[in-house]
Amino acid sequence: MSDASILKIEGLEAKVADEDLPILTGVDLEIGKGEIHAIMGPNGSGKSTLAKVLAGHPGYEVTSGSVLFQGSNLLELEADERSQAGIFLAFQYPVEIPGVSIANFLRTAVQAHQADGEELDIFEFSDILTERMELLEMDVTFAERHVNDGFSGGEKKRNEILQMAMLKPKLAVMDETDSGLDIDALKVVASGVNTLTEEDPEMSILLITHYQRLLDYIEPDRVHVMVDGRIVRSGGPEVAHQLEAEGYRGWSEANSIADGV
Amino acid sequence: MPQNETIQDLGLDEYKYDFVSETEPVFRAEKGLSEEVVRQISAHKEEPEWMLEYRLKALDVYNSKPMPKWGGDLSSLEAVLDEIYFYVRPQEQMERSWDDVPDEIKNTFEKLGIPEAERKILAGVGAQYESEMVYHSLREEWAAQGVIFDSIEDGLKNHPELFREHFGTIIPMHDNKFAAMNAAVWSGGSFVYIPKGVSLDTPLQAYFRVNQERMGQFERTLIIIDEGAQAHYIEGCTAPVYTTESFHSGVIEIVVKKNARFRYTTIQNWSNNMYNLVTQRSMVHENATMEWLDGNLGSKLTMKYPSCYLIGEGAHGEIMSIAYAGDGQHQDTGGKVVHVAPHTTSSITSKSISKGTGRSTYRGLCKVHKGARHARSNVECDALLINDTSRTDTYPYIEIEENDASVGHEASVSKIGEEQLFYLASRGIAKDEAMAMIVRGFIEPIAKQLPLEYAVELNRLIEMEMEGSVG
Repeated sequence: MSDASILKIEGLEAKVADEDLPILTGVDLEIGKGEIHAIMGPNGSGKSTLAKVLAGHPGYEVTSGSVLFQGSNLLELEADERSQAGIFLAFQYPVEIPGVSIANFLRTAVQAHQADGEELDIFEFSDILTERMELLEMDVTFAERHVNDGFSGGEKKRNEILQMAMLKPKLAVMDETDSGLDIDALKVVASGVNTLTEEDPEMSILLITHYQRLLDYIEPDRVHVMVDGRIVRSGGPEVAHQLEAEGYRGWSEANSIADGV
Repeated sequence: MPQNETIQDLGLDEYKYDFVSETEPVFRAEKGLSEEVVRQISAHKEEPEWMLEYRLKALDVYNSKPMPKWGGDLSSLEAVLDEIYFYVRPQEQMERSWDDVPDEIKNTFEKLGIPEAERKILAGVGAQYESEMVYHSLREEWAAQGVIFDSIEDGLKNHPELFREHFGTIIPMHDNKFAAMNAAVWSGGSFVYIPKGVSLDTPLQAYFRVNQERMGQFERTLIIIDEGAQAHYIEGCTAPVYTTESFHSGVIEIVVKKNARFRYTTIQNWSNNMYNLVTQRSMVHENATMEWLDGNLGSKLTMKYPSCYLIGEGAHGEIMSIAYAGDGQHQDTGGKVVHVAPHTTSSITSKSISKGTGRSTYRGLCKVHKGARHARSNVECDALLINDTSRTDTYPYIEIEENDASVGHEASVSKIGEEQLFYLASRGIAKDEAMAMIVRGFIEPIAKQLPLEYAVELNRLIEMEMEGSVG
């Protein structure tokens, strides 16, 4: 499916920049256009590291392997360039930017995604923002609040989805978007993601999660199990159910990683 | 001294030739500070005898006081003071050519989008300001209400009693060495009087006063807000003030009478060779409100602590300040609130940013005197460090002589974190822009209090300052 491939990871190894300890030990993963993949795994398996490495976090160093995004080498791009190229990372812990309104923040981000030299029309932006917020059933006053400052866990995650809706990525990597959410908040966030994938069937999603429950609301095409820094099994949605029943223990090479399910 | 001799000393007879030959020397006082210089200034301004005496006495006070041992590093200041001209006739300042203004300053004006005419004023090279017509109608409107908005020199000439009643009463010459210096050599500044019950919607802006002495090196401003009046005064601009001199020492005296309300906004951006030592004080009477909004950028060293003396029951004082210390700069700023009367309230909000080897110091005093029952004060100072080499210090002095006072103090120091930058980068925002965004957000609580055009200029200035701040 190489023509339709959006992301192709081969033999990816990575470590924390200042340390020797490897975290990713040889990840292979290919995601096709419009596909939804889920990576599941116990704590410390490297799932979140993979998400950050894909987004270009400067705290990690790739030591081996390759990542092609739409056929081009992703690893030579800075984090902001990756975003501009169409990668979006929904953060597990969205960061607070006090004093900066969501509207202002989004305007700057959308401007950064414009083709070189193209000035974003402020009225047009405002219309799009209103339209996107309506699509996600959000109150427009939300945009006047300061980015993640004093937000509840649910509000932070909804803010991530709003950003995704505004930036319209080709690939959204969602790092434990379900963590810290009660079931109602989870449903709201999942419905936002589903709305966006319905709107743009070509958008690909990589869900990173510890729990099966998110996959009840966002149905993946493929499920991968990550243990000790690499993917040890891939399959259809049934893999998630199997994990739900058996836990991660059987997949851990060391058999010593705590079962989180 | 006979009058004709005075004229010769002043070189006034040479002056008419300046119009035909710019290379002819024009009058300026000798270098350094002396009795002769003080006498020349007073004579040139045709001041009454009492003002000359006042100046001379202040000179004695100045000479008798040692250099402050606290605050910023003043060790090389004395050498600077020996080399500066304490009085330069304003006409000469206006004759500086636009070509003499450094490119760096011109580029800043360019980037800030400041209109050509205004640029020249800011750089001290122009004499005319295009908005004079706008100002003219405002001036008529104000005059009809009895508002006085003049140069300090005209204030002394035209309103001698009102002037003398208040001048030097809020900041006496003995207050500190630089207040004494200013009292001896002051020149330029504003004289403002808002009559009882008059409320002005349009801010009084210092740069409306054209064709008169603008803020000089030793500016002196006296503002009297009479009972129940309301006004807002704005001094300065975010564009750098370019002067060839390296010393500025202003004195700003403000009286806010019963039930009156006043805000003094100043944003200043000095060239980075400047020592900027300013004394700003207000006397706040019964149920009156005084607000200082103070932004300090640039300079080599700024020492400036706007203060509110809450002398009437129920008086309220507020000090909001932003300090930006770039490479090699030291901003030693803060505020003072002195509670003298019962039920007085105050707040100080201070935000500082240090970049490169910049250093910002918060220095504040909250004093509650005996008898100031039920005083309430809150101090919040936040520092943001951009680089590992940046520095910040906090010196909050609190002196309380009443046991029912409620005084709160909060301080925070933060660094722009890797996670914040990564978050913004992951949204496509480049590093410089991300830094500027975080800094803008940091000062937002104070910047939003500024008139829109000032807030916009301040934000653009910060963007420029953040360019290339990340390695």
